[in-house]
Amino acid sequence: MQNWLARLKGLRRYPSLIAGIVISVIFIAISIYAITAIPYSEAVRLWRAGPGVWDENPKNAGPVWLDLFTEGKSPRTIVVSSGDTGIINEEATGNGTKRVEIVLPFQYDYDGFPKELKLYTVAKYSGSREPTTISWQTPDGRIIILRENYFLKPDDAYYISQDAELRAQLSGMTPHIGLFADPNDEEKPLKGEYRLTLATEVPETADVSTRLVAAGQLHGWAGTDHRARDLMIALLWGAPIGIMFGVLAAIGAQVSTFILSAIGTWFGGKLDRLFQWLTQVNLVIPVLPLLILVAHFYSRSIWTMLGMVIVLNIYSASYLTYRAMYLQAKEAPYIEAAQAYGAGNNRMVFRYLIPRIAPTLLPQFILIIPLFVFLEATLSVLGLGDPLIPTWGKVIYNAVDEGALYKGYYYWLVEPAVLLLLMGVGFALIGYSLDRIFNPRLRSL
Amino acid sequence: MTKKLNHKQKSTARVAISTEKSNGPLLKVEDVFLYFKSATGGLVRAVDGVNFELNPGRSLAIVGESGCGKTSLAKAILRLLPRNVATYKGRILLSGTDIMKFGDERFRHDVRWVKISMVSQAAMNSLNPVMKLKDQVAEPLLIDNRTSKKEAYERAREVFRIVGIPVAFLDRYAFELSGGMRQRSIIAMALIADPLLVILDEPTSALDVLTQANIMNALKKIKKELSLNYIFITHDIATSSELADEVVCMYAGQLVEHSTAERFYRDPLHPYAQKLMASVPTLHVYKKPEFITGQPPSLLNPPEGCRFAERCTKRFERCQKEPPLFAHGDEFVKCWLYERG
Amino acid sequence: MNEVKKVQDNILLSVKDLRTWFELKRWGFLHAGFVRAVDGVSFELGKGEAITIVGESGSGKTTLLRTILGLARATEGEITFNGRRIEGQKEHDLAWVRSQVGFVQQDPYGALAPFMNVGGVLREPLIIHKMAEDEQEKRIREVMGEVRLVPVENFIRRYPHMLSGGQQQRLVIARAMILHPSMIVADEPVSMLDASVRVEILELMRKIQDAHNLSVVYITHDLSSVRYFSERVFIMYAAKMVEKTDVQEIVKNPLHPYTQALLKAIPDPEPENADQFRDIPSGEPPNLISPPEGCRFHPRCPQVIKGLCDVDEPPEFEPSPDHFVECWLYK
Repeated sequence: MQNWLARLKGLRRYPSLIAGIVISVIFIAISIYAITAIPYSEAVRLWRAGPGVWDENPKNAGPVWLDLFTEGKSPRTIVVSSGDTGIINEEATGNGTKRVEIVLPFQYDYDGFPKELKLYTVAKYSGSREPTTISWQTPDGRIIILRENYFLKPDDAYYISQDAELRAQLSGMTPHIGLFADPNDEEKPLKGEYRLTLATEVPETADVSTRLVAAGQLHGWAGTDHRARDLMIALLWGAPIGIMFGVLAAIGAQVSTFILSAIGTWFGGKLDRLFQWLTQVNLVIPVLPLLILVAHFYSRSIWTMLGMVIVLNIYSASYLTYRAMYLQAKEAPYIEAAQAYGAGNNRMVFRYLIPRIAPTLLPQFILIIPLFVFLEATLSVLGLGDPLIPTWGKVIYNAVDEGALYKGYYYWLVEPAVLLLLMGVGFALIGYSLDRIFNPRLRSL
Repeated sequence: MTKKLNHKQKSTARVAISTEKSNGPLLKVEDVFLYFKSATGGLVRAVDGVNFELNPGRSLAIVGESGCGKTSLAKAILRLLPRNVATYKGRILLSGTDIMKFGDERFRHDVRWVKISMVSQAAMNSLNPVMKLKDQVAEPLLIDNRTSKKEAYERAREVFRIVGIPVAFLDRYAFELSGGMRQRSIIAMALIADPLLVILDEPTSALDVLTQANIMNALKKIKKELSLNYIFITHDIATSSELADEVVCMYAGQLVEHSTAERFYRDPLHPYAQKLMASVPTLHVYKKPEFITGQPPSLLNPPEGCRFAERCTKRFERCQKEPPLFAHGDEFVKCWLYERG
Repeated sequence: MNEVKKVQDNILLSVKDLRTWFELKRWGFLHAGFVRAVDGVSFELGKGEAITIVGESGSGKTTLLRTILGLARATEGEITFNGRRIEGQKEHDLAWVRSQVGFVQQDPYGALAPFMNVGGVLREPLIIHKMAEDEQEKRIREVMGEVRLVPVENFIRRYPHMLSGGQQQRLVIARAMILHPSMIVADEPVSMLDASVRVEILELMRKIQDAHNLSVVYITHDLSSVRYFSERVFIMYAAKMVEKTDVQEIVKNPLHPYTQALLKAIPDPEPENADQFRDIPSGEPPNLISPPEGCRFHPRCPQVIKGLCDVDEPPEFEPSPDHFVECWLYK
């Protein structure tokens, strides 16, 4: 024990180890945050992107820090709802209905155009519906009628950006550009206060609320994907998933390998040969194609994948590495001494052989974690990942599938890739430094 | 520091060492220090201020227990230093020339193996398994094109004859030879460049008794025939007497006694040397061996004053200060008991 | 247990014509000869007696030791320990021997598991042989006191790398004694220790032997230390025991030419040695796969009798009482 404490103090001389630990701690912190702030079921729900979940998000919006690299201020998402900053004017008509006018004012000071304009209205009441007028007022006083004689549905979603008539009205400009464009310089938006007004007639007892979403070009710290999901969720959740997969696979595979290797080497003879044969056969089996087959025909659940990965990695190359170490350890005089004072096979393997080699297990174990993390990511990138869970691999898969690089959404691909790399580097730094600490022959003074 | 000598300078330098062969001591080690940086950050004082002289035609045995610094001293003389050296200083005069001042390249070219060579512990196990012996033995002459290939092989045959291996074995590989023969090949390799001084570091400890004795015989023969000087390093006192004219005894990185063989093996001066001699079991004469209580101090943190004091039965108050190396006739002792010479 | 009647009461270990051969296989299955590591060794060890087996590397002494301990399988011959035959037994049947024989190895650091402290090391044999826990503590302290690893508190939690070479070897000796064995087997117990420590350990072993009336088998290559170990010495050469006698006799009157060569080859530290050549036979010990015909020393023997020594293996002769030699010179 004292031996190890002294070694820990010497850690200061290994800057790579400190760097690796820092990185890993950051990821662990991210994982803890992810799990507590966005519980699993919530994450799954959000990722499924059911109706209504991501309404307020733009699709394929970049992260807000991209603004640092561009001139001017890119538009962020603006949400104005009748609930807070909207102004509601109601006027009873006298025959059981009321005229409702909701004004949604907002300030627009960005240098670019929003990505989308959507208007969500909730008008739940029974009875006949009256026509509604929706109009738009620009800072310079122009009023544009968006819709007239429109009948609101109980849960109404008006995609202003996709209104073809409106586009025609705006001389062919896409509505979310046309409505904001400066008449003098149609490339730039006009800055100032805009107002959207919704006027309708509803029964007196009814409630109408409406919400305008001007989706920005940039949204969130990580941006959004093609289904307007906030990438942050996937980036955050990718950490615990990756770590869990990597660590569990490493434990399941390495620890089994470690113990089986000791047993095989100790008993020698037929058992040793059998294990070695199993290893050699296993090494030839292509892991990825096999996983693809299983994923395709059986189940893509992450637990199935994890189980298979563990089973396929027990008799791996590590088996032979450990075997070489055990063969050497077997020759130590204290093993012979133990035989002389009557130690049984069980004791030999678990009390004398394994503890001797156990210190080297730790660095090997840590070094193999990134391997499994990447394996899981690879499966996701190939489209075989668990469909429910947001992981980095999944994000990359989506990005590639949607042609992110062609469309200029670099962040979509770079963010998960960088995180994967960083996690791998973190574990590798720790693993290689520990290797040098625990294996004195690798140390260079 | 490592200036490459041009051809003219090289030949002059070589001449500079060899002509002074006859005057003064062959080897003079003056205030040599060698400290290593230990893994935990401390300083291992392997050689802590060693001084001695060796005259031509005399062989020296360096004895001491494990960890006393004798192998480090050999490495210091031959400048075979590891990467974690902290301090390396002093003067080492070979036939009057201070070889400590040589740059590394000049040292390699002019001194190592050319003037001083070494046979190290279990070197016989480090022979290249895929090279024929004649190539290995001739290698010191073949590098840098010191001689032509023909001359080098001729020299190899000559040294094999000197060490007593049939010349036919030059065309064999190392694994085809027995342990004793392999060690003789190593000795041959050390002799091939005609050095002035050969350092032998436990050359026979891995061999059987009879093989060892045979090799000692060979070394004695070589010493007479080639008037070679040996520095023989070993922890085995009995074996050291086979080749020693003079004996240096080391303890905790320091030289504690330097006396003639007659003196050291019969009636040593330093209390440690006395105890060491008393602990050696003898075969032909019955005596009850004694042991020394305690253990040698660590080279990381040697005690103040005389380093043997805590185990010495003859210690007194003076011993709290480190004694200098006193002269005792022709001999030297590092002990306050000999203050008055 | 009926065999007990047949064996003399004061003989603890009896080895008769023991042979241990290891099969060599080429390419994993083709028979390619035998390494005849022990090839016809016989001797007896009395209760409370100490003997030394002297041999160089390759003489078979280590294999002999391992065969006696049951760590190597005897090919032929008999080993009788405490009245019972133990050669060729299954491990299960040898369990009783394990607590009766203590093993002290050459490399004190290697003989100790680096991850176990002093207490742990000593406790292992006790746990295996199912000693009660409170008795374990007592016995550990007892044995640490005997080898002078005291004060016990100071040492019991130390790990091997915190002990000096001498202390490590004392721990190994303690472990060998902890089950109250009747015999200790020591393989070069001091050769890896410093000169000044050797004597201390040897004296300790003598003391322990006397205190407990233990039988001890020492194995060494260092003939000089023989008289400090034991009363009787057996010389091994090329898998055979060539001479057996008392330690005084062996120095005064060595009979076998190999023993004579050994005595000439080993120097006492004397200044005259530097000027003297030693008159010893050249050559190397034979390999054990195909030893020479007849007497194995004959190719190097200065007194070889052609036609006899190179044809027939000499049997054991007893030219003087209790002095045995396998050499045709003493027919």
